[in-house]
Amino acid sequence: MSNGQNGAELRLVTPGMAIGPSAGMRVGSGALAQNDTIIATRLGWVKHLNNTVSVDPINSAYMPRSGDLIVATVAEVRNNLWFMNINGPFQGLLPMSLAPWKVEFGAARQHMGIGDVVLARVQEVDECHNVVLTMKGVGLRRLNQGSVHSVPVTHIERLRGEGNATIQRLRDACDCRIIVGENGKVWVDGDADGIAWARQAIDLVHTSGHKESFEADLSALEKNAPTNGDA
Amino acid sequence: MGGYGDVKLLRDDGLRLDGRKLDEMRPVTIEAGILPAADGSAMVTHGLNVAVAAVYGPMEAHPRKIQRQDRAVIDVRYNMAPFSTSDRIRPGFNRRSREISKVTAEALESVVLVERYPRSKIRVEIEILAAEAGTRCAGITAASVALADAGIPMRDLLVGVASGKVEDIVVLDLDKAEDNYGQADLPVGILPNTGEIAFLQMDGDLSPDEYNLAMEYNFKAAAEIHEIMVDALKRRYEGGEN
Repeated sequence: MSNGQNGAELRLVTPGMAIGPSAGMRVGSGALAQNDTIIATRLGWVKHLNNTVSVDPINSAYMPRSGDLIVATVAEVRNNLWFMNINGPFQGLLPMSLAPWKVEFGAARQHMGIGDVVLARVQEVDECHNVVLTMKGVGLRRLNQGSVHSVPVTHIERLRGEGNATIQRLRDACDCRIIVGENGKVWVDGDADGIAWARQAIDLVHTSGHKESFEADLSALEKNAPTNGDA
Repeated sequence: MGGYGDVKLLRDDGLRLDGRKLDEMRPVTIEAGILPAADGSAMVTHGLNVAVAAVYGPMEAHPRKIQRQDRAVIDVRYNMAPFSTSDRIRPGFNRRSREISKVTAEALESVVLVERYPRSKIRVEIEILAAEAGTRCAGITAASVALADAGIPMRDLLVGVASGKVEDIVVLDLDKAEDNYGQADLPVGILPNTGEIAFLQMDGDLSPDEYNLAMEYNFKAAAEIHEIMVDALKRRYEGGEN
């Protein structure tokens, strides 16, 4: 079996690559035990934490968890529920009982149609991966304006920054409202210049958020921010 | 596998018409992440073959009747571009492309951890831009790299490779003339780390000894291609955590 590449601290592994012996170790996500050896099942970085070996994937689909705040799009409408595209392997189901309006049976289309975007929360995910969403809660609503952008799910933490520092910097710089959904969808609302700048900033996080030069790149971009007056 | 005519496929010095040794593979290059719109993608050049694979998903499986309650469905579409060969190919599906799509999907289902995504679909598009024998193997290799690039969990990378027989001699990695006028073709999908075989087809006849030698060649070539696949994936993300 081939071994993973040893970097200074990070080790990149590909599916099937041996990470190490499984004796005395617990197997975390992105890995599995096979013949006394832990092998990677995903392309990513090996992580050892509390005697557990896992692989942080470089790319990953959004796997919904109860309580996640997400930006979802209506994919199908039935008489009493909406199927929502949550940017994951499974559609989310929003029953009319969990919508913020009083909806009569058969009147779901009058409230939301295909393509409408909402801010919702994952209410429940059962063992069969049925995802139930809710729009009952503070701030959960239909998003009637603004634009939706995408970031890989693995880049969300980078976009937020420590203690939401990075996302707050972006909000201040472009004077826009920005909501980052756990599902990799980012809603931005403001004037056209602000949205355009926010889009550039989100792309920057995507392309160079992991690099040492990110801070300098973001500062350089901030100089062109609409709130600076020279955009 | 035409198998007719007196076409000379081996030179007097024992080498093949293109100068390769019997157990020598055509040059292989792989590049991962070539299509920005896809969740994962790869391009494989294997000799004069050029295969591009794109992976989308996992996503909700439509129509719903194709959903499986306990696992994801891998939907493979293999297609040869009309300009991929010297004779123009009529665009669209044909019996051959349906067969290759099916065997590729079944091979990939055995390496992808499909039980992680019940009721969903993983879409794999394989486009052959240039063809010179061995396109299904190049397509499988490209699909495997693209799946890894998309972050789909897999037990191993799947490598497509083929051996065959020309003038009663077993050779590795048939080119176009050898494929057309040779006596046998043995494409396989190999999991290099475990040595498992995910798919195997045979066209023509091989004796048990010839089969064993052909498989020996295939495993040796699979190990070489696997190194190139790993390099391609690492190259894409080198320079730090991405």
